Amino acid sequence: MTHEVGASVIRSIFPCLLACLLAGPAAAQVFDWVPDSRTGGKLLLTGGVSSVEGAGGGGLATWAVTTGYGAEDGIGGNVHATYVSLPDYELRSVGAAVGLWDRVELSVARQEFDTGSTGALLGLGEGFTFTQDVVGVKVKLVGDAVYGQASWLPQVSIGVQHKSNDQGAVISAVGGRDDEGTDVYVAATKLFLSESLLVNGTVRWTKANQTGLLGFGGDRNDDYAPRFEGSVGYLLTRNLLVGAEYRTKPDNLGFAAEDDAFDLFAAYAFSKNVSLTAAYVDLGSIATFEDQRGLYLSLQVGF
Amino acid sequence: MRIALLFALMAVTTGPALAQDAHAVPGEEPVDPYVVSDANAGATPFEGQAMWAAFNEGEGVGRIVDQMLDLSAADPRTAGIFVATDMVRLRRTLREQFCYILNGGCRYTGRSMADAHDEIGLQPADFGALVEHLQTAMTAEGVPFRTQNRFLAKLAPMRPDTVTR
Repeated sequence: MTHEVGASVIRSIFPCLLACLLAGPAAAQVFDWVPDSRTGGKLLLTGGVSSVEGAGGGGLATWAVTTGYGAEDGIGGNVHATYVSLPDYELRSVGAAVGLWDRVELSVARQEFDTGSTGALLGLGEGFTFTQDVVGVKVKLVGDAVYGQASWLPQVSIGVQHKSNDQGAVISAVGGRDDEGTDVYVAATKLFLSESLLVNGTVRWTKANQTGLLGFGGDRNDDYAPRFEGSVGYLLTRNLLVGAEYRTKPDNLGFAAEDDAFDLFAAYAFSKNVSLTAAYVDLGSIATFEDQRGLYLSLQVGF
Repeated sequence: MRIALLFALMAVTTGPALAQDAHAVPGEEPVDPYVVSDANAGATPFEGQAMWAAFNEGEGVGRIVDQMLDLSAADPRTAGIFVATDMVRLRRTLREQFCYILNGGCRYTGRSMADAHDEIGLQPADFGALVEHLQTAMTAEGVPFRTQNRFLAKLAPMRPDTVTR
């Protein structure tokens, strides 16, 4: 998918979502032609927040939950804006996602990896920015992360994320093999309600460099490999989930080592319409610049 | 939550013909006979008295049930569920169910979750709304959040029996 297509998808979805949000109760009417399309059936935060790649999840990790607040008899949707401030870079993401009958999730996101003044040091030019579009589909297979309290079975979903980066020439110059790629993942999420504890584990088959922001595959390795992303969260109140995440990543490029990522997060739901996630993220070394640790902020608006 | 619905169901299934109504107490509408069993409560009780104490025992559970039902009946999302419900019976059986699960020394004399919700047509979103009202009521009673979740974890598995798919 090209960026133009991705952008047009975003443009076409945003007005609907925004209209629905602004319309409040009218949002339900918009979808009355769809059978069983009540909104707001899930409990607070149980659709997750918007992960950096646009899918419902934590910040770095994608979860098995479907995004938004639609239960099996409803739909949910949201838009997000995420900002990550690092010592030598800045990452911005905007996107939209819908959850359909707590079964299917569709998501789009546009990420901008801004090298700022670091771009000049890398020989790319001041403010050089990689832009990546991510289109994702997730399908719930079995389990219920929230209500399946009598079973050991987590909620399990599979998903695909297709990513396309607009800087193929630079990616090629640093040893990357492709400017687009497709990740496939299996996610398992379970809320241990009696402990107020949420646990997620995801295995992602990928060869994305820095999640695709530096392309796909490389001179060191060009094969898909399973990578892990995990989240542990503790519900402090109905509105507040705090926790930590860890994500392993490939290390395909010879010119720069890539590290695993880590974060400590707090996700606060003001209501089912607005949530804010703040995190301390450690993304390690990115394109030879070490210790990329900083602040992650993500606003999600939806229903 | 479903419990409430379930009770509602019990009330709804009133059979006016059967006079010997062993399972309804004075002030309640008659119900068809059924086998009374604690197993109908749909969950095993907690051990010890900590949970019962955290819910302020019988009086606290009474307030929680009342507020949960009042909120649910006033909520446009869920009000319709209770239109044909014997609220007197529902309040009693819900209190019994909560008391039984919280190990407060009660017997549960209501119907099973599946029977009680058989004809209500409860939808998943209704269930979510009922949980939210129960959470609000427990918070108002001062039940700590984590304790609330321990209780909700007992109720959550009842969802498939109470919700119409």
